[in-house]
Amino acid sequence: MTLAAPAPSMATSALTTLIAGRRRIGALAVVGFSLACLLLAIVAIGQGAIAIAPGRVAEILMAKLGGNAALLEGRDVLVVLNIRLPRVLLGLLVGAGLAASGALMQGLFRNPLADPGLVGVSSGAALAAAATIVLGDRFLAGTMMKLPFAALPAGAFCGGLVSTLALYLIATRGGRTSVATMLLAGVALGALASALTGLLAFISDDRQLRDLTFWSLGSLGGASWTKLSVVAPIILPLLLLMPLLARGLNGLMLGEAEAYHLGIPVQRIKALTILLVALAVGASVATAGLIGFVGIVVPHLIRLSVGPDHRLLLPLSALGGAMLLVGADIVSRLIVAPAELPIGIVTATIGAPFFLWLLLRRTSVLDV
Amino acid sequence: MSETTPILSGHELSFVAGGRALVADASLELACGTTTILIGPNGAGKSTLLKLLTGEIKPAGGAIRIAGDDLKVVPAWRLACLRAVMAQHARIAFPFSVYEVASLGVDGIGRALTRQRREAIVADSLAAAGVIDLAGRRYQTLSGGEQQRVQFARVLCQLEAGRSVAERQVLFLDEPIASLDLCHQLSLLDMARSIAARGVAVLVVLHDLNLAVTYADHLVVMDQGRIIAQGPPARTLDDALLRQVFKVDLTLSRAPAPGLPFLLPQQHRSRPAA
Repeated sequence: MTLAAPAPSMATSALTTLIAGRRRIGALAVVGFSLACLLLAIVAIGQGAIAIAPGRVAEILMAKLGGNAALLEGRDVLVVLNIRLPRVLLGLLVGAGLAASGALMQGLFRNPLADPGLVGVSSGAALAAAATIVLGDRFLAGTMMKLPFAALPAGAFCGGLVSTLALYLIATRGGRTSVATMLLAGVALGALASALTGLLAFISDDRQLRDLTFWSLGSLGGASWTKLSVVAPIILPLLLLMPLLARGLNGLMLGEAEAYHLGIPVQRIKALTILLVALAVGASVATAGLIGFVGIVVPHLIRLSVGPDHRLLLPLSALGGAMLLVGADIVSRLIVAPAELPIGIVTATIGAPFFLWLLLRRTSVLDV
Repeated sequence: MSETTPILSGHELSFVAGGRALVADASLELACGTTTILIGPNGAGKSTLLKLLTGEIKPAGGAIRIAGDDLKVVPAWRLACLRAVMAQHARIAFPFSVYEVASLGVDGIGRALTRQRREAIVADSLAAAGVIDLAGRRYQTLSGGEQQRVQFARVLCQLEAGRSVAERQVLFLDEPIASLDLCHQLSLLDMARSIAARGVAVLVVLHDLNLAVTYADHLVVMDQGRIIAQGPPARTLDDALLRQVFKVDLTLSRAPAPGLPFLLPQQHRSRPAA
């Protein structure tokens, strides 16, 4: 550049070292997280009422992938392929979806505390699920049994989507979406949905109340290939499309006007982010219930360790969330075996104190 | 490059908010190679006019043309190649490093450039803005003036990246020196002028009238949403205008060499209130 005074070579070379260092850390983190995620998944498949060694799990998976039918015999093969594998895959998908959604929401709202739970997506889904359990049972008991797809997940999914669309419409005036309005409206709608859910709990009978409670604490227990085939087409697009949002979200950190000045299609980024998050959160709430804290803790940790650049933050959050949920699922299966603790209890009892510890450890308020 | 061709022109612009006309009937042209400085009291509509010209808000009336096209039809990415904007306040939500903030200028529109070229642009811009030693620091830990210089580096990055696409460009600076010390005020304005000398049309909003007349090729004075006067600084600013627009009863003096007007606020202290 002609206007630049010749930069001191010391500073430039220091800068080059800095950039190269950053890039190396990023690459290492992605590779390391992917490997750790794979290892944890193999260990998780081995855990349970019938313990299977990680080596054997890897062998079965390789044989299945390689189409080597000769090796696919025995009880452990059935356990791995029909029970544990779908459960772990569901855990990976839901964990990745929740953490990535958290990171996307925080980027969109420019607020480290934003979470799908906060803007009413989860509470809308929960209300719809509660309505399905309590009212569906009461008025549509005959029809519900005949539905091809489980009514509860479908209801939760629609609830999440409807509440997000409502928020989006409330916060959009003349083609512009006010992020602040959306956050505030989300808090209000969330409170309303919680109150209505409470009302439903109030009029429910004992069995419905138990269903409601268990569902609202979250569980990967009902995992099956059928469930997976419904969730995967919804969460995978989020994971595949989110790299396209990374630059835009980085630009949005400066503010919406500045992002526009940088040439970022701000409205399109906002609409796509909201849509993807609503779909992914709706799908995960529908299949695994309410699982808190994954969307806040994981992106926060990644930001502290690797930095806030969304090009790294989004994939690392997804991998971290997948690991956290699969890890929490191991704990939930082992801690009170042969019974299972709802996974939402595990993530919140690990997540909340950990988050508080992070807050206390900060040296200044600027760190968030 | 012809110095007289306006790259950006606003014709009879108006903007209304809450029933109040923030900008009314404002027409101006920005020519390549020229530094235009916009002055006026608080609330005169300077920032609103700037937002209209950058495309951030749509005018209620009037038309804006940039590089021969109607501003309304130019897509955001193309606009980003044609003009860079440094806004007044820039807070950043997450702990981005200085290097990352400056890189935002090339990340969007510089995608076609090689990585080496992008990194060189960022390094040059950081050096030019005098913040290369802060490259690894977190933006939020910097002082207000340092943050402003980092934002300037980001804008320089965007101009340089856009230069590969757009031959003629506009640079908007909204009170760019508000938090800077005198040395950095002068060096930023020197840089703005040398960018203009390279063929860019530069528009700066300033409050310091002495600096405004020193650095402007073209001075634009706004009051109550209207452009009251514009032209070369020596012929635009006079005592009557000062009284009318800035509500101060001061006498302009003439600097000896280039004949530019200047004023001394000391007069105000020594005189009894009118």
